[in-house]
Parts: sequence; C-alpha cells; structure tokens
Amino acid sequence: MAVDRPPAISNRARSLALRRRVLLVIGWTLLAILVIVPLLWVLFLAPTTGKWATAFGSAVHDPKDFLITVLNGVTAAALYFVVASGFTLIFGLMRVVNMAHGALFLFGGYVALKLQRGMVGEGGSFGLTSAQVNLTHWIIPAIVGTVVVAAMGLAMQQVFLRWNQGQELRQALITIAISIILADQMLAHFGGVAEDIAWPRNIDTFVNLRVQGILYTETRLVILGIALAIGILLWLWLKRTRTGMVIRAGVDDRAMVSALGINIQLTFAIAFAVGSALAGLGGVIGGSFASLAPGLDANWLLYSLVVVIIGGMGSLGGAAIGSLLLGLTSNFSAAYLPSTYTYYSIIFTFMLVAIILAVRPLGLFGRPA
Amino acid sequence: MSDVPLLAVEGVNAFYGTAQALDDVSFEILGGSTAMVGRNGMGKTTLCNAIVGVPPARVSGSIRYNGTELVGRPSYKVAKLGIGYVPQGRRLFPSLSVDEHLRMIAGRGGGSKRWTVAKIYELFPRLAERRRNGGAQLSGGEQQMLAIGRALLTNPSLLIMDEPSEGLAPAIIEHLVETFRRLEQEGLAILLIEQNLGMATAIAERQLVMVAGSIAAETTAAELSTDMELQRRYLGVEPLAERT
Repeated sequence: MAVDRPPAISNRARSLALRRRVLLVIGWTLLAILVIVPLLWVLFLAPTTGKWATAFGSAVHDPKDFLITVLNGVTAAALYFVVASGFTLIFGLMRVVNMAHGALFLFGGYVALKLQRGMVGEGGSFGLTSAQVNLTHWIIPAIVGTVVVAAMGLAMQQVFLRWNQGQELRQALITIAISIILADQMLAHFGGVAEDIAWPRNIDTFVNLRVQGILYTETRLVILGIALAIGILLWLWLKRTRTGMVIRAGVDDRAMVSALGINIQLTFAIAFAVGSALAGLGGVIGGSFASLAPGLDANWLLYSLVVVIIGGMGSLGGAAIGSLLLGLTSNFSAAYLPSTYTYYSIIFTFMLVAIILAVRPLGLFGRPA
Repeated sequence: MSDVPLLAVEGVNAFYGTAQALDDVSFEILGGSTAMVGRNGMGKTTLCNAIVGVPPARVSGSIRYNGTELVGRPSYKVAKLGIGYVPQGRRLFPSLSVDEHLRMIAGRGGGSKRWTVAKIYELFPRLAERRRNGGAQLSGGEQQMLAIGRALLTNPSLLIMDEPSEGLAPAIIEHLVETFRRLEQEGLAILLIEQNLGMATAIAERQLVMVAGSIAAETTAAELSTDMELQRRYLGVEPLAERT
C-alpha cells in the first residue's frame, strides 16, 4: 500500500491538470461563441420584421442607430468608470470591499442636489430645468458633493475600518451596516421621489456629430470627457507621483512598504478619501444624467462590483475595460434583442461576468493578493 | 551613548497562535557585523520580523534599539529609527521599476549617512543599467542588490538581512560579501541571518547559533568554520571543510 502512494498522488495531479485544461477549453469556446454570435447578429442578422423583429435591425441595415448605441454604451461606461475606479482603488490597496460605495454615490448626488436647489430655488413641481441653471450652479454643487463625500469616506475609514485591518468579513459587514443606515437616513431626509440635478443650460443641448446626421446629447459627451480626464489624472497620479508609487507597492506588499519606513496608514487614508470622492462625483454626474432615488445606491454598488469583477480587483486599466464591457453589453442587449425579449437584456450582463470568471477567475487584469 | 548597546534583545518570545516560534531569546549588538546561523524553521526569520515589527507573530519581551523600545511599535517607525531590512525572498514590488523602488524611498529617512539614488547606482552599477526594468524581471543577484539598495535608502545604522545568499551563484555571493565589508567599514552595523556558512563566516566574526527558537551557542567565525562537530550538531549541514 505504502509503495502505491507516490504514483497515486501524481495520477491525481495529472487528472486535475487535465480537468483544468478541459475546463479552460470549454470556457474559451463558450466565450468565442458568445462573442461571435452576438456580433454577427448585431452587424448582419438582426431583422426588423417577423417574430424576431428588433427595434433598429442590423447595423448594415441601420448604421445610424448602431452608432448611437455604441455612443450610448461608451458614455454609460464613462460613468461606470468614474464610480468603479474609486471602488477598485480602495479595494486594490486596502483589500476592503467597500459595500457603502453605492451609498456614498447617492449621498454625493443628494448633497449637490440640495445645494443647487439652495442656490437657484426649488423650481417647479418637476424641480429645476436647465434653463434656470448656469455653469456655476452645477460646478459648485459638484465640487461640494465630491468633497463632502471624500470627508465622509475618510471619517468612515478612520473611525470604523482602521481597527479591523485584514479582517475582510468584518469590514464588509461594517460597510454594509453603514450603507443601510445611510440609505435609511437619506430616505428620511430627501424623500422617496426621484429627483434630478439640472445640467447647466450651456451644455444641455445636442451636438451635430456630422456622421450619419446624428444629433447627440452633449451632456453624455461631457460625461465621457470627465471620465477620460479622471482616468488620465488617476493614471498620472499612480504612475508619476511618489504617493502613486507607494500605492502600487502597497497593492503588492503592504507589510514591506511599512518596513521601509513609509507610513502606509497615511496612504490608506489618502486612497480612501480619493476613492470616496470618486463615488461622490459619480453621484453628482449620475444624478444629473438620470436621477436620484432610494435604491440607486444598491444598483451602483452592483455596477461597481460587476466592473471590477470583470476587470480585476485593484486594476485601473481593468476598471476601464470592465466599464466599457458593461456599458456596451447592457446597451446593445437592450437595443438589439428582439423587441418581445428586451426584458431579458440584464441577463447578458451577468452572463458576461459568469463567463469571464470561468476563464479568468481573477478578472481580466486581476492578480492574486 | 557608548554604554547603551545598538540593539538589545531581552527575553523575547514569539507566538503564531499557540505555537511558540521564539523562546526567551536574548543577545546584544554593539556594532560591527553579527551573523545568526541555524537550520530552516529555527525561528531566524521570526526574530527578524519581531525586531522590524513585521506581522504576523505575537511578540513579548523587550527589543531596544539605542535604548528605544521597539516591541509594539509599527514597523515604519522602527525603520525611521534607523533599522534597514532586507527580507527573505527579497519581497520586491512587481508593480514598480527598479528606479521607482529607489525613488519611492529616497529622501525620507533620517540617520547619519545620507544615501541617495545616485549613490545606490554607484554602489551597484548593474542596477543603473536596469533602472527601467520591473522588479520581477531581474536576475536573482540583481533582485538582491535592489533589496539592499532599497534598505540602504532608509539611511540605516543597523542593516538586518535575512538569507541574502538564497538562490544566488557563488560569484554573486562573492560580490555581495565585498559590498557588505565595504559598508561595514563605513560604519554600518549588520545583523546577517544565513544558512550559508560560507557567507556568514566571511562577513561576520561573531556567530550566534539558533536552534529551536533559542540562541544555542555563541562562537566565532574561525571556530565555527573549523569545528565540524558544532556544525553537525547545531546546523545539521555537511561540514564546510569536507564539502570543498
């Protein structure tokens, strides 16, 4: 019996390796099918009549609506990126899954909303319209909302999370508790009716893109611009500054950074404040782009989770790619599913997550902790 | 100042959960080089981590550096007091380039000798050639140079090195030994944790032997490298003289 042991172990190792390879092949095949089939459908196959009729038909048939769907996907991705980049920054460095990220998003939006109403007036029964709002009436609330949420995130980290470092379950439970309390307080103070922050009149207009005669919403392009600026600034911050180097080193090996005489707690505080600020700014933009209502906190937490799960926790590039995939998938599935089935479009988002995790369990750019 | 030892370790115990890794360890370092030898799993790395303040062991007892108590102090404060740490396995940052490793730390620490990035490149010209490379793309020897350079930039008076010879070719070990001798001449105290007796005895005259979480013997390089019975008993290695 004892003689048989070593070969038994190596057989088991071999069969595990084989099973792993088979699973990988299945995963990649599924991925290929799920990329190629929808692509063919969108580009050539989608009909406009019959049982499988879609809203626009294929891209060849209706290039204008195809381009608009692409733009919608990319600009939605821009907002996902603003929010999720903060989430991934906090997670990557501190291994804290901040379940209150969505609540911070909503709170930032409400702070800006109330400030804007305070500056301009309550407006009519549907709130303010853009005609009543100029650039200052949007930018000042946006800055205040962002800063208030940054301070709130920092306080949350210092008061509740600092003492529980390395205890991931506890931190997750603490942030869930905070998010529930915040959501309830926001419902009590800001009410349950959906309200939106008014865009300034200068940008709430349409732009002629001179392609296929598309008139496109300028505010969506502004969101894209803000997201690009944030992405570049974050990248420069992480790549070029000393704090950025410490953050990247801290993602690799926190204890070693500390043993080199660097107070990593200070870096944690900075990262948490910046990550929260991005949630707050996301809330301001999201509240202007769509609206603010109870329950959106959970939605945005979910979007952030989906983005970083696809892209890989703690990676800025991963957050960008993840946002893009999420934005495009959700917009295309809504626009190109047969009209009677558009109800099921949300399934595609989660199929995307399931398949990427099957092939790359740590996400596209994820690295083991 | 002169009667206070540079490092005084007194009655230090360390536990991982309920498992004891260090058992009443006491020794002093006044200056110069000291080597600590011993087999795998004898608690050498735990001792390093206890001095530097790196988790996860629970440490009791007293470790004083220039009279300042280190136990319970966060590791970044220990480093600021002037203890440089070169950990086992180098622990470089894969996300940073060689240059970034050095620039991240340069100009932060206090200490007497002011190390700069340029001086590190002067000490290890090989690193200057590879300054754009990632920490994970270096050869073993280059990685070790970077780990040492990184520690020197904290401007230490005491450099603690855990198994710097691990996985290195003899020629590179020779080069490192020369470097350490030079650093010692410039007034740096070194605590070297080693399994490689050749390196340990080449660098330090004073040898501490660690067995099962305690200091079992204190001896000299000359004695350790010739006393085969001692080597067999405490280190379980093939005696040095018989190998060559």
